[in-house]
Amino acid sequence: MRLLNASGCLDALAAPEVARTLDVFVTKTVTPLSREGNAPVRIAETEVGMLNAIGLANPGVEAFVADHLPRLAELGVPLWVSVGGFAVEDYVAVAEELDRHEIEALELNLSCPNVDEVPENVGEVVAAVREVTAKPLYAKLSAAVADLAATARAAEAAGADGLSLVNTVRGLALDERTLLPVLARGAGGLSGPALRPVALAAVYTCFRETRLPLVGMGGVATGRHALELLAAGATDVAVGTALFADPGAAARIRSELEAESAALGFVNVDNAVGAAHADGPATLDQRSRVLAEKALHFGLNKAG
Amino acid sequence: MLRREPRSVLSAEAVGPYTLLRVDRGTIEPGEPGQFFMLEAPRRVLPRPMSLCLAPRGELAFLIDSIGPGTRALCALEAGDRIGILGPLGNGFRLDVERPLLVGGGIGIAPLPYLSERLGGPPAVVGFRSAWHAEAAVLVPNAEVVIEPTYVTEAIPAGHDVLACGPEPMLEAVRRLAPHAQLAWEAPMACGYGACYGCVVELEGRLERLCVKGPVLAAA
Repeated sequence: MRLLNASGCLDALAAPEVARTLDVFVTKTVTPLSREGNAPVRIAETEVGMLNAIGLANPGVEAFVADHLPRLAELGVPLWVSVGGFAVEDYVAVAEELDRHEIEALELNLSCPNVDEVPENVGEVVAAVREVTAKPLYAKLSAAVADLAATARAAEAAGADGLSLVNTVRGLALDERTLLPVLARGAGGLSGPALRPVALAAVYTCFRETRLPLVGMGGVATGRHALELLAAGATDVAVGTALFADPGAAARIRSELEAESAALGFVNVDNAVGAAHADGPATLDQRSRVLAEKALHFGLNKAG
Repeated sequence: MLRREPRSVLSAEAVGPYTLLRVDRGTIEPGEPGQFFMLEAPRRVLPRPMSLCLAPRGELAFLIDSIGPGTRALCALEAGDRIGILGPLGNGFRLDVERPLLVGGGIGIAPLPYLSERLGGPPAVVGFRSAWHAEAAVLVPNAEVVIEPTYVTEAIPAGHDVLACGPEPMLEAVRRLAPHAQLAWEAPMACGYGACYGCVVELEGRLERLCVKGPVLAAA
């Protein structure tokens, strides 16, 4: 199990020590041209999460490669670069440039709700990018698509190496005094606690519908949330919004996860992957009991 | 090390319509005047950015205006409650000025008490919308107080190095009067440490993160 940040939720160059608590750093989405993003106000809090309408602010691929990438390489943390755009050609252009550099994987942002144009269908983008790079490709999907299972299968068929689940979903917040939208742009992407059941369902579905490794994310703030995503079928977990309130969230979640999984009888965290897909409650209890007994036999009744 | 630290509330006392929240400092550094902290807001998803108001020994104090769910929750804290504190963050005021004059408006006076202490109690001009709000002026040493319809810009003498904090229209007006003033801006923030890209303000024609470039900015 590796812990990542959700794209857009950390600037490794502004907070390198936070980036170093992660197993992988995922960059903010890079587009062909530089973007300032949307006019402020572009964040809002809700009772159950937050909204962002940042709008893919980024220096553009040329400046990213020239200025950011060399400094990111110095951090010593494996790097995934999020790739975005508004047409297939955009994704291809960015991926082609990034293919030349020391990057562990590319995460295709196919699901950002904060920009006016919508990328063409997922399968088409994945297939086109597949042609220009041999690097591992993760397709980041939104749970808000009409048919997530079909979208996931299309990404797999087109050559994706994994899926990142989930991106934000569209939401709105109103100012308490004026009743006008808080965000200048109106709606934005909802992240945080409200996404947890949504992320679980998406991971659960894609675990059954594809054979791809999954990065699960959506409101993860504790080890228990991470454990549930693993149980639903994620191999890795990403933390986003929780990092805003608590820059130490990743380290804390990692140790909480180890304790939670050990308490349920898993000898190691990775053994929990897919546990939600056991045939039924009795089977799961039995599996846990067997594992717990084995752990005792081998004197492994504590995590690590 | 960027770490949110749990701390105990010492008190939350009314100062005019505002609340002075005092927290046990522990090993947290107070930082420089104009820097801020992210305060965990009870039962809310995100913390709230607050300038450091005062740094008495063993304490950190924040002056808070109760304007929304987060600040309401902070103002309702009681002695013994625990909240997470992250900071100091951002860039504070430059203190190497020859003739400092502090200018504050409303809740914008929040960073001025600590700033005043570090500068040895320079002259200050503070403005408020009512006498009740102006009760907070007691926190700023050596302050001339004006109350609307009189504005601070009518009371700023020339020839000083201005350090200001207050509502945007006040900062804009101060900048016109004192082009080299140091101005402490504010913006909605989710993280306070450059991660979310939410707190951008326009700086020389570009959108820049206020928590990274500011919150204190010298006028161009």
